Amino acid sequence: MTYLNIDHIGITFDTDHGPLNVLNGVALKVDKGEFVSLIGHSGCGKSTVLNIVAGLLTASTGGVLLENREVNEPGPDRAVVFQNHSLLPWLSVYDNVRLAVDTVFKHSKSKQERHDWTLHNLELVHMTHALQRRPDEISGGMKQRVGIARALAMEPKVLLMDEPFGALDSLTRTHMQDSLMDIQARLNNTVIMITHDVDEAVLLSDRIVMMTNGPSATVGEILHIDLPRPRHRLHLADDPKYNHYRAAVLKFLHERHAQPDVPVAATARNEAPRLRAVG
Amino acid sequence: MTIALFNPRTTFRSPALDRLQACLQSAQFPRRVVGLVRHLLIPLIAIAVFLAVWAAAAKNIQTSLGELPGPRAVWQQAVSLYGEHQAERAKADEFYARQVERNATKLAEDPNAEVRVRAYTGKPTFIDQIGTSLLTVATGFIIASLIAIPVGIVCGMSATLYSALNPLIQIFKPVSPLAWLPLVTMVVSALYVSDDPMFAKSFLTSAITVTLCCLWPTIINTTVGVASVSKDLLNVSRVLRLGWFTKTVKIVLPSAIPLMFTGMRLSLGIGWMVLIAAEMLAQNPGLGKFVWDEFQNGSSNSLARIMVAVFAIGLVGFALDRGMLLLQRRVSWDRNAVLR
Repeated sequence: MTYLNIDHIGITFDTDHGPLNVLNGVALKVDKGEFVSLIGHSGCGKSTVLNIVAGLLTASTGGVLLENREVNEPGPDRAVVFQNHSLLPWLSVYDNVRLAVDTVFKHSKSKQERHDWTLHNLELVHMTHALQRRPDEISGGMKQRVGIARALAMEPKVLLMDEPFGALDSLTRTHMQDSLMDIQARLNNTVIMITHDVDEAVLLSDRIVMMTNGPSATVGEILHIDLPRPRHRLHLADDPKYNHYRAAVLKFLHERHAQPDVPVAATARNEAPRLRAVG
Repeated sequence: MTIALFNPRTTFRSPALDRLQACLQSAQFPRRVVGLVRHLLIPLIAIAVFLAVWAAAAKNIQTSLGELPGPRAVWQQAVSLYGEHQAERAKADEFYARQVERNATKLAEDPNAEVRVRAYTGKPTFIDQIGTSLLTVATGFIIASLIAIPVGIVCGMSATLYSALNPLIQIFKPVSPLAWLPLVTMVVSALYVSDDPMFAKSFLTSAITVTLCCLWPTIINTTVGVASVSKDLLNVSRVLRLGWFTKTVKIVLPSAIPLMFTGMRLSLGIGWMVLIAAEMLAQNPGLGKFVWDEFQNGSSNSLARIMVAVFAIGLVGFALDRGMLLLQRRVSWDRNAVLR
């Protein structure tokens, strides 16, 4: 039985220039505990796929099944780590996570348990030293850690990450990737992550889903990453298998589905258009 | 919806000041000294220059009430107004002391005697008028905020309601208080009929006029603040499945607070200006009436006294704005916002 089934979803947006078909027949089956990356050029609709799985957008055709139940609204079982962290600026680090914990475990955990669970998740991302700081008092990497802690604290069935490290500098990004691998080794979550970064995709994923260019984007190719875990970026640097996977993704992006105007590594804004879905 | 910001770094440049600043920075003064010069010495110099120009210009302007008062005459009148206030207070105290004494003797002679307690009915002094004006503006502003903030929140959350109310808001917003005043006066006279009124009619008239002019900036800014909550934060609330109430309290209101305060500061500023005009026109007690009375009085001191009132109005307005700013700093989470 498939855990998460993205069943041939398509979406069409109503624009001033008529309907725009962004996604067409995107199909993907994800197993429990699997780490899947979505990679593709800016504007191909990766974020739209993620938003449909999250329930923030509704597909025009097809649908999403999680444990054989249709997804039709957002919910904490599909927690999202947003690219720009989206922490509430007026709440402290602790309160941001606590808000999520209080909402999700209102009835199932006692006050003390919710406090401990909040701390436990902040501990996971190594943020217990800054519990009472506000988001504008901590660095970008720290904010993203708190965003991850908030999402993990919801105990989601699927963790959705929308370019979680896209806005960070490369050194911070490598730290965050290592942290994420540690956490993943402990919790074994089901994760869908959007990325622009080929190295990140190969390093973190069990599978890489490469998307064709839009409009009417769809899944172009799926690459299984058969590298043993735990993975270490330094050891992998000379690993022929690793480099083969990298090359395969690069070839897909730059030879077969090249988009000459847009550099791949560009940390572009979410391409999900702020439009209303049709149908 | 924005306040015109005065930025001393960009709007005003003079070569002399620049050189002074360069000199201050090049010579290795401790930062505290530089700060003291910039924040204390330079404003003081500016005030001195202003007083000198004023004094020189005033001497050359002859009006039908005599020479336009210079700083010295105005200061003398300020002192004398304060003196009059104290004299009036002393008289009032004496009046009450006499009254108590008289009633006491009356009761001593006949325990069943009916004693009357009367309020002192002296002329309100300048300081009393400031007090009246402050009370009126506070009443009008608080009523306006109590109406405008909920209306703004609802308008910001419902696009339908906003499009329903927006035309009304846009039409009433530019209306001068003086146009409202006759209507308000008539309505208050017609509706507020009581043998033992808790408030004077004139007080209500002024306060309601202030309210009518204070409503709009707060409504508009609150609406914008509530409507422009970041879409990402709203997505967070959707993922968490927050209820309507929790969403409003935890996400919408906090993010609207900075703009709400901008609106309230604008409202209070407008309210204070409106009040003075309303008092002047309607002969309601307050600073506006003081100015008008002095103008009608036409003594040789009148112009100087009006000038004192002008400074008092300015200082009170400034103090009100600072007060709101302090409140905003305490309430708002956004400590990085530039508060001017």
